[in-house]
Amino acid sequence: MKNEVFNQIANTIVEGDPSATVEGVRQALEMGWEPLDIINQGLVVGMNIISEQYSNGECFLPNLVIAARCMERSMQVLEPELKKRQQEVKSAGRVVIGTVQGDIHEIGKSLVGTMLAVNGFQVYDLGVNVSPEAFIAKIRETGAQLLGMSALLTTTMTVQREVIRQLEAEGMRDHIRVMVGGAPVTASWADEIGADGYAEDAVGAVGLAQRLMGLGG
Amino acid sequence: MSQLHLQVLEPFVIKQVVDEALQVLENPGVRVHHEGALDLLEAAGALVNRNTQVARIPAPLVEMALKTAPAQFLLYSLDGKPIITYGSNTTYFDPGSAAVTILDHATGRQRAPLTGDLVQFVKLVETLQHLDAQSTAFICQDVPPQMGDLYRLYVALNYMKKPIVTGAFTRAGWNVMWELLSVVAGSGERLEERPLAIFDICPSPPLLWSELTCQNLMDCAARRVPAELVSMPLAGVAAPVTLLGSVVQHTAENLSGLVIHQQTRAGAPIVWGGAPAVTDMRHGSTPMGDPATWLIDLATVEVGRYLGLPTHTYMGSTDGKMLDMQAGAESMGGVLLAILAGASMVSGVGMIDFLRCQSLEKLIVDAELIGYARRFGSGMTIREDTLGLDQLQTNPHQADFLERTHTRDWFAKELYLPSPVVDRGSLEQWEMAGGMAAHQRAHDLIPRLLKKYQPNGVPAEVRRELYAIVLRTARQWGLDHLPKLEEEENA
Repeated sequence: MKNEVFNQIANTIVEGDPSATVEGVRQALEMGWEPLDIINQGLVVGMNIISEQYSNGECFLPNLVIAARCMERSMQVLEPELKKRQQEVKSAGRVVIGTVQGDIHEIGKSLVGTMLAVNGFQVYDLGVNVSPEAFIAKIRETGAQLLGMSALLTTTMTVQREVIRQLEAEGMRDHIRVMVGGAPVTASWADEIGADGYAEDAVGAVGLAQRLMGLGG
Repeated sequence: MSQLHLQVLEPFVIKQVVDEALQVLENPGVRVHHEGALDLLEAAGALVNRNTQVARIPAPLVEMALKTAPAQFLLYSLDGKPIITYGSNTTYFDPGSAAVTILDHATGRQRAPLTGDLVQFVKLVETLQHLDAQSTAFICQDVPPQMGDLYRLYVALNYMKKPIVTGAFTRAGWNVMWELLSVVAGSGERLEERPLAIFDICPSPPLLWSELTCQNLMDCAARRVPAELVSMPLAGVAAPVTLLGSVVQHTAENLSGLVIHQQTRAGAPIVWGGAPAVTDMRHGSTPMGDPATWLIDLATVEVGRYLGLPTHTYMGSTDGKMLDMQAGAESMGGVLLAILAGASMVSGVGMIDFLRCQSLEKLIVDAELIGYARRFGSGMTIREDTLGLDQLQTNPHQADFLERTHTRDWFAKELYLPSPVVDRGSLEQWEMAGGMAAHQRAHDLIPRLLKKYQPNGVPAEVRRELYAIVLRTARQWGLDHLPKLEEEENA
C-alpha cells in the first residue's frame, strides 16, 4: 500500500503532471504518511528517474523543467507540515541564485536553478536585477552555502566582482562559495574577481555546485 | 513522408525530354548486344539490324511497356515484413554499393575490404534508423574476384534483416544470387511473392545494353525479381554536355531497358533509376557531389515520376578522399536534394572518392544527415486550432515555455533530436569528450551501435545451405573453404 502511494507520486513526476503530483502528495498526507517519507520515497525517486533519463539522453529539457515544477509545487504543500514537526529536508546544499543588478536576463539563470533543484539542491532564486544587498540579505536569512550569479552583459559582469567585495567587507566570504556564469563570463574572469568557480551551462553548473559542496562529480 | 518538393523541370520541358528520347529510340535506336533481347524486340515490332546489333524501338512499344510496368511494389524484410514501398511518397535510403576499398579509420587511407569489414558494415546498417535498406556495399578482396558479386550477398544474408539493393557481375553470378535469395525466402515462388532484394542493372553510356546487362535484366523480369535501372550518362564524355541533353539520354536508356524488361515479362517490377554525373573538365573525373550532377539527378527523378514509375538516383556521396568539410557539404547537398526531389530510393551514402570507397564512419554521419533532411522535408505542420495565439495569450510575457505541457507534448514532433554524432553541447563538454570531429565521434559510436545489433534469425540449416551453395562456386575458382564469419569464430 505504502509502495503504491509513493510509486504513484514518482510516476506523476516521470509523466510530467504537476497537478497530479500535488494531488498525490495531498492524498498521502491525508492517509497519514510522514512528509519526509513522501519526499524521500516518492518525490526524490521520481526526480532521480528523470535525472537519470536525462543523462542517458532518454528525456529532455522540457521533461526536466516540468519535473522540477512538480517538486516545487509539492514542497509548497509539504513545507508547512515539515515545520509543524520541526523537521528539515536533507538537501545537497542551499543555493542563492540571481541575475546581477542592471541585468534582466533570466532564462539561463532559471535553467541553472532548475537543474540544481532537480539534483537535490535547495534553490532560492532571487530573479533578475538583484542588488548586492539583496544577495547578502538572502544568504544571511537562509544560511546558504553557495551563491550563483549570472550576468549576460559585459557592462554588468563587473557587478559580480562588486558582490564578492561586499561579501568580504561583511566578513561572509569565507562561509560561502561563489559561482559565476553568463555568456561573457569565462573561467579567467572568475579567477580575476576571486570567485570559486565558473560553469558554461546549466549542466556544468550542477557539477560545479557538487564539487564546491564536496559531493564529488 | 516528404511534404516539401523541389521541381527543377517545367512540365513542358519534361514533355520535350520524353519526346526527344522517343525519337532517339527510333533514330539512331539503341545498341543491344544480346541476341535473345534482339529477338524479343524484333518480334514486338522493333527494327533490328543484326549486323550492327542496333534496335530501333517505335513509340507504341514504349507506351505498352509504360502501361504494364507497376507504379508501386514492395520490398520485404527477411522476416517477411513489408519495408519499402517503391513508388510511394516516401524516400528511402541505402548505402552506396560495390565499393572496391574501405576507408581505414586508423590510417585515414583506403585499403582492400575483407569479409569482416562487410560483416561490420551490414550490422551497422541494421542499427541505423535512417537507413531503410542494405546494399552489397563492398567487394571483399579475400575471395576470388569472379565470385565477388554473390559472395557479398552471401555475407549480407547471414546478418541482414532489412531488404537489400544488390547486383550481379556475371550471368552465373546472378543465378547463384537468385538461388541464395530463394533459399532464404523459402522458395522461388515465395521470393517472387515477397521480394527481399532488388538488382541494379547498369546500361553502358551512350545507349548500349551489353550482353551481361541484358541478361541480368531479362533474368530479373523472368523471375519477377525487382530490377533497378541505373543509367549513368556522363555529361561531356559519354553523354551530351548540356544537362538536359544528358537527361534525354538517361530517358532513352531507361525507356529501352523498360521495353526489354516488360517484353520479357509484362508486369514485372522495375525502377527508373540512375547514377548520372557530369565531367570535371580539369581532371576528367565524374563528380557526384556536384551541382550540375545534382540537377541531372533531380531531373531524371522528375521524368520517371511523370511516366508513373518508381524512381531511384545516386546521391549523398562525396568525391573527396577524407571525411572533411567537402565530404560533409557534398553529402548534405545530395541527401537534402534527394529528399526534396522525392526519389523512391536513394543510393550512395557512406561513399567517398567517386563511389570507389565506403566508410563506416561516414555512413553513421550520413545517416544523421538523412535525419536532418527528412525533418526539413516534412516541413511545418499546423498542430492546433491556433498557430500561436493561444500560447501567447496564456500566461503572457513569460519565458516559461520550457515548463509548459504544450512544449512537453509537441517538442519531440516539432524539433529534431540528433544522435550523439552531432556536437551541440558546450565548449567545456566538447573538450571533456576529447575535442573530436564528427567522424571521430562516429568511429567511437561503432561499438555502441554494434551492441544494439540483433541477429537476423536465419536458421542454422539455412545458413549451412547458403554456405554449401557459395562453396560450390568457390571451388570453381580454386578456393576450398570460405572465410570464417563472425559467429563461427566466436563459437
